[in-house]
Amino acid sequence: MEYFETKGISKFFGGLAAVNDVSFKVEKGQIYGLIGPNGSGKTTIFNLINAYYPLTKGEIYFEGQKISGLKTFQICERGIGRTFQVVKPLKRMTVLENVMASAFLRSKSTAQARDLAMETLDFCNLTAQKDKVAKGLPIASRKRLEIARALATKPKLLLLDETAAGLNPSELDEAIGLIKKIRNSGVTIIIVEHIMKVIMSISERILAINYGMRITEGTPTEVASNHEVIAAYLGEDYSA
Amino acid sequence: MSQYYGRLLLLVVLVAFPWLIGDPYYQHLIILFLLWVAIGSGWNLISGYTGQILFGAGAFFGLGAYTAALLMHKLEISAWWGLALGPVLSGLLAFPFGWICFRLRGPYFALATLALNEIMRYIATIWESLTEGMVGILLMQTFVSKLPYYYIALAIATGCIVTMELLMRSRLGYYFVSIREDQEAAESMGISSVYYKMVSLTIAAIMMGLAGALYTNYMGFIDPRVVFALFDISIMAVLVVLVGGVATIYGPVVGAFIMVALWELFRSGGFGSLASLSKATGWPFMLTVTKYVSEAHILSFGILVVLVIRYLPNGVMGDPAKLRKVFLFWKRQAT
Amino acid sequence: MEVFLQTLVAGILKGGLYGLIGMGMTLIMGVMGIINLSHGQLMMVSMYITFVLFQYLGLDPYIALFISVPCLFVLGVIIQKYLLNPVMRVEAILPHNQLLMTVGVAMVLTEVIRFIFASNYYSVRTSYSASAWIVGGISFSVALCVAFVIACLLTVWFFWLLLKTDLGRSIRAVAQDGEAAQLLGINTERIRFITFGLGASLVAAAGTLLLPIYYLFPDIGGRFTTKAFIITILGGMGSTVGAIFGGLTLGLAEAFGSTYIGMEFEDLIGLVIFVLVLVFLPRGLKGLTGV
Repeated sequence: MEYFETKGISKFFGGLAAVNDVSFKVEKGQIYGLIGPNGSGKTTIFNLINAYYPLTKGEIYFEGQKISGLKTFQICERGIGRTFQVVKPLKRMTVLENVMASAFLRSKSTAQARDLAMETLDFCNLTAQKDKVAKGLPIASRKRLEIARALATKPKLLLLDETAAGLNPSELDEAIGLIKKIRNSGVTIIIVEHIMKVIMSISERILAINYGMRITEGTPTEVASNHEVIAAYLGEDYSA
Repeated sequence: MSQYYGRLLLLVVLVAFPWLIGDPYYQHLIILFLLWVAIGSGWNLISGYTGQILFGAGAFFGLGAYTAALLMHKLEISAWWGLALGPVLSGLLAFPFGWICFRLRGPYFALATLALNEIMRYIATIWESLTEGMVGILLMQTFVSKLPYYYIALAIATGCIVTMELLMRSRLGYYFVSIREDQEAAESMGISSVYYKMVSLTIAAIMMGLAGALYTNYMGFIDPRVVFALFDISIMAVLVVLVGGVATIYGPVVGAFIMVALWELFRSGGFGSLASLSKATGWPFMLTVTKYVSEAHILSFGILVVLVIRYLPNGVMGDPAKLRKVFLFWKRQAT
Repeated sequence: MEVFLQTLVAGILKGGLYGLIGMGMTLIMGVMGIINLSHGQLMMVSMYITFVLFQYLGLDPYIALFISVPCLFVLGVIIQKYLLNPVMRVEAILPHNQLLMTVGVAMVLTEVIRFIFASNYYSVRTSYSASAWIVGGISFSVALCVAFVIACLLTVWFFWLLLKTDLGRSIRAVAQDGEAAQLLGINTERIRFITFGLGASLVAAAGTLLLPIYYLFPDIGGRFTTKAFIITILGGMGSTVGAIFGGLTLGLAEAFGSTYIGMEFEDLIGLVIFVLVLVFLPRGLKGLTGV
């Protein structure tokens, strides 16, 4: 029994296949990367796992149970958390309130939720900003808030969607550090990323896709030297 | 603890009021004010806090009112049982209401609730064998003095406010606001937006139904045009909260006060001052003005909607800074 | 059979006028993304203008068209410019402030008219108001037929405007993607003003044309706003062609409902259709065709 597995998932919008017959497996405790050029379907795959979109074809399994067909909030209850590529802070609430709202999933009372939220904020290095209204936060903090909010639901599997985009080099290092910290705390991670530095340095296995279809899958080194992957990113000339 | 002094003071004043001011006219106004605090709180819950704009508050208020009336009229049970059954039925109405309307986003939800409100009004008007249609239902009032009604209304209003205070500190409150701010993010956080929107609407419906049931007992007469009214109930509910402060607990209190005062200002022609002026001067012009002013409350509501949305969209309590700016603007002009 | 055909004819003729109402509202919805709940009230204002012109100047409604339509165009531009546009950009807790604003506008228009004209029922009875052509045993109300023809002409003109002129292209561009349109050098603000004015003009025409065979009182605005909305929903939001079909559908539904169920149910039918469509056919009748 695989920890997390997709079997031939596809998503068609009208006649266009945004995701086409993608299958992959993720082991418990892994950091699994998903790369591909813009528009290759990475975020759509997350949207399918998260049930943001319904699957056109295929199945998704988590901890041996089929989760395709469940509603988004149920998938979160099962232990899959996610961040959004374009972050979705709850704008008129403070940082603390944002995370508390998430924390209620696993807490019985407001006090418990507050404690869990404070813990999570501390983990993500956001405690200093806990009373700031989410609307005015700088991008790096908003990205961390997005992660904190997902973490407060105590996920077993975390889907990180381009959490490093828009960050400067020092913020990037912080982000990488946080991701590793999350994995070390026992959370399995699937990460979609554009920035090679991030995904190559932390993923144990990577799936490369283009046009919604799988190109190749393997360790970072294997994927980086794959001819098709290079062609997809840099053009045919470089792949030879 | 000091933050509660203001509210406790308000409560004390309200409790003492009928003993201090024995004039039933003013007692009546405060009773209306209290009813609107209840209705406004309900509206605030589903629309201000949960972000689902309800244009059909009249449906729940009217159902509560008719429940109380029909208990007496058809079953010869005291209409006071309506205070128990009315909210229950209104709460139950929330289910089909929500089922139909929540699948719609934003403005379509608002309009669907409006349509349902109107449909209920129609049904109440046409189903004469049940509701006596436009003739309405007349009840014997239990009390001559306004005091019992006053204190019951006060209890209801206080209950609604306390409920809101408790709710907004709890999981439900956080979930409601999350849904308002970003429904998709909320779902990803494990919040079933369908379920919680329904909870919010049900509680709001109960508050409105309760107010409706009391209304029947207090006024002694209802008909479809009054209790399912589009402007005088549904739009008024919006205004009470809009003016007072959306998504603030005491916004409906401030708003209810302003709106009831405004309504009465128009209906009575400046609390009778226009009428006195007419008599004093004997000008026929004043008579016409008095007549028009007494019917102009909807016009004032319309103008108020336009002005509030244009200049103070978050209401008095929601945008105190803006309000200050507006007043300071006037002051600066004067100097 | 005769009754059936009679109802059919009445439904289609009225439906043509309803199409005008729907097109105006759809246009506004498509370009500005707002639902104009004052649409019927704009129509009501146009009807009062027409009434006044008829009553005091003896102007035939079909001539009055040339006055009522431009007047409402101007009114529409003013409303959009000073009331709706500024609200668009403001960040408020309540979403859909524009919707509420149109409600406020509707209330003000209705009450101001009531202030001027009181709640009396008025009607405009021209020489041809009551006359009808009898063809094959079916009576075709002259006024309704002429109105239908003019409505068709206006519809054709409107589509010509949208499809063949620069203005129309700009409008469609803003409707599709306001930001992109701006980047292309289109003055989106001005287009929005014009669009609201245009929408108001269309409904103004409908009002003027309808007056000879209808009656007039201030609250009629609310009734027509409801109808406008039902038509737009039936046709599928944002589709001007759909609005025409929506108009026809409502016209027919009302006619048949009125004949076979009862006259007092006319408005209720519309409301019920509205709710049913919202629930089962969120994309309007187009949803049925799967397009």
